[in-house]
Amino acid sequence: MQLIATGNKAIAEAVRQVSPEVVAAYPITPQTEIVEQIAAYVSDGTLASQYIPVESEHSAMAACIGASVTGARTFTATSSHGLLYMHEMLHWAAGARVPVVMANVNRALGPGWNVWAEHSDAFSQRDTGWLQVFVSTVQEAYDTTIMAFRIAEHEDVLLPLMVNLDGFTLSHTMQPLETVVVGDFIPPLHLPHAIDVAHPRGYGPLTGPDEFFRFRWDIERSMRDARKVILDVEADFGKRFGRQYGPIEEYRCEDADILLIAMGTFGKEAEVAVDDLRREGIKAGSLRVRWFRPFPVLDLSGRDVVVIDRGYSFGFGGVLTRSIQATTKAEPFSVIAGLGGQEVTYRDMAGFVRNRRPGEEEWFGVNTIV
Amino acid sequence: MDTRQVKEEIMTEIPKEEYILKCTSACAGCSSTLSLRYVLKAAGRDMVLVVPACCTSVIQGTYPRTAMNIPVYNIAFAAAAACASGMSAAYRKKGVKTRVIVYAGDGGTVDIGLQALSGAFERGTDFLYICYDNEAYGNTGMQRSGSTPLGAITTTTPGGKVHPKKDIDRIIEAHNPPYIATACSAYPLDLFQKVTKALSLEGPKFIHLLAPCPPGWRFPAEKTVEVGKLAVKTGAWILWEREHGTLQVSGPSRAAMKKRVPLDEYLKMQGRFRNITEQQKQELQRDIDRALARIACEVKQPCS
Amino acid sequence: MYEIRIHSRGGQGGVTAARLLADAAFRGGKYATASPFYGAERRGAPVVSFVRIDDRPIKVYSQIQHPDMVVVLDPSIMEAVDIFQGLKSEGEILLNSSHPITFEGYRTHCVDLTGIAIARTLVVAGSPVVNTPLLGALAKVGIISLDAARAAIRGMFSDNRNVQAAEDAYGELVL
Repeated sequence: MQLIATGNKAIAEAVRQVSPEVVAAYPITPQTEIVEQIAAYVSDGTLASQYIPVESEHSAMAACIGASVTGARTFTATSSHGLLYMHEMLHWAAGARVPVVMANVNRALGPGWNVWAEHSDAFSQRDTGWLQVFVSTVQEAYDTTIMAFRIAEHEDVLLPLMVNLDGFTLSHTMQPLETVVVGDFIPPLHLPHAIDVAHPRGYGPLTGPDEFFRFRWDIERSMRDARKVILDVEADFGKRFGRQYGPIEEYRCEDADILLIAMGTFGKEAEVAVDDLRREGIKAGSLRVRWFRPFPVLDLSGRDVVVIDRGYSFGFGGVLTRSIQATTKAEPFSVIAGLGGQEVTYRDMAGFVRNRRPGEEEWFGVNTIV
Repeated sequence: MDTRQVKEEIMTEIPKEEYILKCTSACAGCSSTLSLRYVLKAAGRDMVLVVPACCTSVIQGTYPRTAMNIPVYNIAFAAAAACASGMSAAYRKKGVKTRVIVYAGDGGTVDIGLQALSGAFERGTDFLYICYDNEAYGNTGMQRSGSTPLGAITTTTPGGKVHPKKDIDRIIEAHNPPYIATACSAYPLDLFQKVTKALSLEGPKFIHLLAPCPPGWRFPAEKTVEVGKLAVKTGAWILWEREHGTLQVSGPSRAAMKKRVPLDEYLKMQGRFRNITEQQKQELQRDIDRALARIACEVKQPCS
Repeated sequence: MYEIRIHSRGGQGGVTAARLLADAAFRGGKYATASPFYGAERRGAPVVSFVRIDDRPIKVYSQIQHPDMVVVLDPSIMEAVDIFQGLKSEGEILLNSSHPITFEGYRTHCVDLTGIAIARTLVVAGSPVVNTPLLGALAKVGIISLDAARAAIRGMFSDNRNVQAAEDAYGELVL
């Protein structure tokens, strides 16, 4: 079916088609339409989920964990402070090895209260053991949410998965969308360690120094195995439905001298900057990082790199920039831009490329060179 | 004494100084802002208003401006009472008499803020907590809260809420606070007097204020006072106070106990009740009857 | 790419207008995007929405800098907002107005959307519904087809007065 929809609506539609048994969620701007649309689907009978209007985000994730460990497919959505309020339970979900799927509408963190797009919320959860992907179009939000369930529930993964989309810029922006009939693309959930009263077990009890580390390694091993699962699932999606994604999306990178790297909607608008730069004779390419956890293996050799960071680790550096520096030999020009929904246009991005200073950091709008 | 004289007498009780300046971001007919105006007049200059995520977070205006001429401390959604606890402790330690007043919506009080609220009351924190109740998450677009009444349509209860309204007053009463009261935006003098009384007492004080919301409850903005009055006249909202546990029913509710307006008059003014079932209406009526009966019994007043 | 900026007040349905327009353009076979710009939005506060229409996928998310057309659903907004900002020279303006207004250097179209809405008793919570008749006016200007406008409106609203109001606006607007 062809329609035009916002990012939030697309995600709710994907959830409706995947039909999780339990949805537990708490409203927060700019995620609210996801939750409201799901409530409407449950109310009019087109979605057979149990919808729990929990009293806080911490409870939302706790409820999802409780539901998931019975073997039920679960979904939730949040943003910003809501995500932060669930932080303890995000760690718990990963450690409990439950394949909860969550849409996170990226939004800045207060004070002051700011409801606009920023990646700090998701970045602040990067160590929790959750898989994380960042989408840049309404179509991608829909497709990725569907794939998320299959990836998270895969027996080699069994880790929770966060689908990130930019607040307002994507959550509230309408774009054309083609829906699919999911059919058997997502097999029924089989949770190996689901509660079984016939074979009772204790879950997550006191675990001593001689055993605990094995469970931590187990999470990492699954995170590594997830790389192949992601490729396989995305390839199968491409075969069945005609749209294939990847750990990164490259645009005009084949003969590029300079790579413009960003995430979310910036990564899509960067393609417009690349076209403008190419017309000027600058051989630029856009590299949009989709999968953030597990962080992709990047080959940036032989090219200048400009990274737009939409989230920062104070006292350390731009999160995407430092991730790239840690895993490649690149010396990026790091631009900190878009915080709190700061307006950054393709013209600005072309400017970052033209005025790049490898190895340095610039805070867009602050005009300080660090 | 003729009516005009009485009105003048009443109005002279209320100080003239305004602490809410022009150009708030409030919706037309916002009961919460109307009420806050009187709360601040009762509290005076020497106060800090602690505001968790709620409509007031937006109503105060956007940086670099503020529409409120008192210190406003914005804090995370779940944390208002805990923040107030810390602030109050610090002021008391310094011997500073500055009043700490929380002004929170129902979401930040009965749902996500309940833990901190209970903790602050259990520890005997010296502060005033005012919950302005528009019976939904107003700031984020009217999703249901625990305080949404039975049968009400919200964006997350499109078919009408199937669970009853959480009785936060009984929960707070269980903490035995020195003062707890209900109020309604349509009765500003009553609110003013209750805030004044509360602030004269030490320890944790709770005021639960009904704040009809035109866009959320779906009635025209100019009816905001009328809807508030009907809430009280039908018994759907009862005005009372407990000082050290002793119950006193406020004037407008004493009148309602003698003669009530039919509940339907209140419900039919609001689009959010357009799908309420007969059964739900009866349940609401039963709850009202029971609440009034309990009150009547306690104050030993005959109830019709 | 054709870019339209819609100015309204919170509560007037400016955001919905953008969505309807994008939907109608989409039904006409175009790629379209609609995004609101949310400031501290409350009822009555000025709101801006952006619509982009193109034959190819649109990759721009940032605010429209140089609109081809500006739509003003409430002319009183012009006291607070510069609706002309960035408007291309020879750009078009569509104004909800009961009397003709012209602005030098721009093609201005005036149509009484409020009057049309009231005549069709298309009033919700005290406010005349101006976004559905707007679609009819936009069809007359040629941004979308009237058929697509009808389909987009029916897709969102079951009350047929909305389509009728759009047809009224289509008929009333004299280019």
